[in-house]
Amino acid sequence: MSDSPNEIVKFDNVGLRYGTDPEVLSDLSFTLHPGSFYFLTGASGAGKTSLLKLLYLMQRPSRGAIRMFGRDMITLPRERLPDFRRRLGVVFQDFRLVQHLSAFDNVALPLRLSGATEGKVMKAVSDMLEWVGLTHRAQAVPATMSGGEQQRVAIARAVIARPRMLIADEPTGNVDPDMALKLLRLFEALNNRVGTTVVVATHDVHLLKKVPESLIMRLQKGRLSDPTGALRFPPRTEPGRVHQPRKSAP
Amino acid sequence: MSLPPLPEQSKSQIAKPPARDGETSISGALAAKLLPQTRFGGPIPWVIAILIALVVVSAAGGLSLRNLADSARADLSDAVTIQITEADAARRARLTRAAADVMTEQPLVTSVRVVPEEELIALIEPWLGSAAQSDEVPIPALIDVELSRSVTGADIAELESALEAVVPEARIDAQSDWLRPVYDALSALQYLALALIALVALATAAAVWLAARSAFSNHEDTVEILHLLGATDAQVTRIFQRSVLRDAAFGATIGLFVGVGAVWLLSQQFSALNSGMIGGGALGWQDWVVIALVPVAGVLLALVTGRITIKLALRSML
Repeated sequence: MSDSPNEIVKFDNVGLRYGTDPEVLSDLSFTLHPGSFYFLTGASGAGKTSLLKLLYLMQRPSRGAIRMFGRDMITLPRERLPDFRRRLGVVFQDFRLVQHLSAFDNVALPLRLSGATEGKVMKAVSDMLEWVGLTHRAQAVPATMSGGEQQRVAIARAVIARPRMLIADEPTGNVDPDMALKLLRLFEALNNRVGTTVVVATHDVHLLKKVPESLIMRLQKGRLSDPTGALRFPPRTEPGRVHQPRKSAP
Repeated sequence: MSLPPLPEQSKSQIAKPPARDGETSISGALAAKLLPQTRFGGPIPWVIAILIALVVVSAAGGLSLRNLADSARADLSDAVTIQITEADAARRARLTRAAADVMTEQPLVTSVRVVPEEELIALIEPWLGSAAQSDEVPIPALIDVELSRSVTGADIAELESALEAVVPEARIDAQSDWLRPVYDALSALQYLALALIALVALATAAAVWLAARSAFSNHEDTVEILHLLGATDAQVTRIFQRSVLRDAAFGATIGLFVGVGAVWLLSQQFSALNSGMIGGGALGWQDWVVIALVPVAGVLLALVTGRITIKLALRSML
């Protein structure tokens, strides 16, 4: 596979199986472009979470090749993974907040792990909590927060270090429709204003229409279909809808 | 929820990946938050305290036995005793003087002392009672000879040769030979103390290994989140090491105080015996330095064990 500045992720004939079970993902070949907004859809059990695990480097594939940020992830030594994980922001379906840390400390984690000074952490986290409307809940621990509040903390944590790619697994699954739309607007703002590549896994087909410029990847029984041409190299240009990769985040 | 502009960040605010593993350390405050602990409520600090106390007592015992053996050797290894067995008192006295004269002329000899008869009677009186003072019980004459250095088999042979020409009835005993079984017993006890220290060190390592594994299992979710946020193995290991250090330092300090207290009590008991030989086993300042290093070694052992345990556990994760 050749490197291209117009691709942030490239899967080539990727398959994934757990142990000796049948493959949960088969023959996945696609490219994600910097600054694009992707929806990953499919019925429950279609393999969305497994595909996201490959994207956020929690799982290695059973076969095939994966390149991210111009590097071959298959042969990448384990000790180099943190370097690449810090370029990603992940919003988990179950939020995965550290339960004994406050909202402030949860959001601050990526910066502190990167060695940012406390002064910078204080300002950046305060700004981010204000952005997601949780300044008044900064010292609350997750157990005392509502699902929507936890979701916003998870989003703030995912974007505080300005990741080059944001990956969200069913981010609207635990919130009401109004909150779902608001969260989606947050992702869109990140995509539009910072140029972050966004991948949102959802089985809610109504959400897909809410982001007009989004591209859709559909998983069916572990295989990808390509309803919008999102997976082509380069993506298909449709009348009135041109795929223009945005400038990526620094 | 309103949607204000995404807060701006300068380039310096954007997190940079480390150039190599572990370049960025996690502050103690963050580590404490990530791995909350009870106030020494768990068993590990107390297990370490007991083990360190045992090592302190064993080390003190081993060092004391070594001092005792060294002291006894120093007193006895550069001296011999000449015994002259002769029933006739007048002849015995003549032979004793002759033997003393021969010894005085030897270059290796620094002093010669004929043990007075009253002293000999006092020595055997506890066994023979008033019969010890009777002329009917012949008492051998003894000559204490001190030498300029520790005696060897060749030295003894040379002295025997010189003595045999003048007083063939005389017999030379190296004083250190009398105590050889005692030295052997002391050596065996020292090895026992060393073996006990090695076993306790193993037990300490095992306890820390179990504690670190347990802590890792209890906080596996947090570790996974940290990994996904880009934490390196070195950063995660440091979080757990800090916890191990805290427990081990607390346990080792308690163990040191308990162990030293036990040693002090034992030393008081032995001092009360008022025995010259036991007095040779007193601990010197170097020995106390060694004992003070026991908890330091214990903490280091715990840290190394904890580090290895966590590193191995992390390798099972991607």
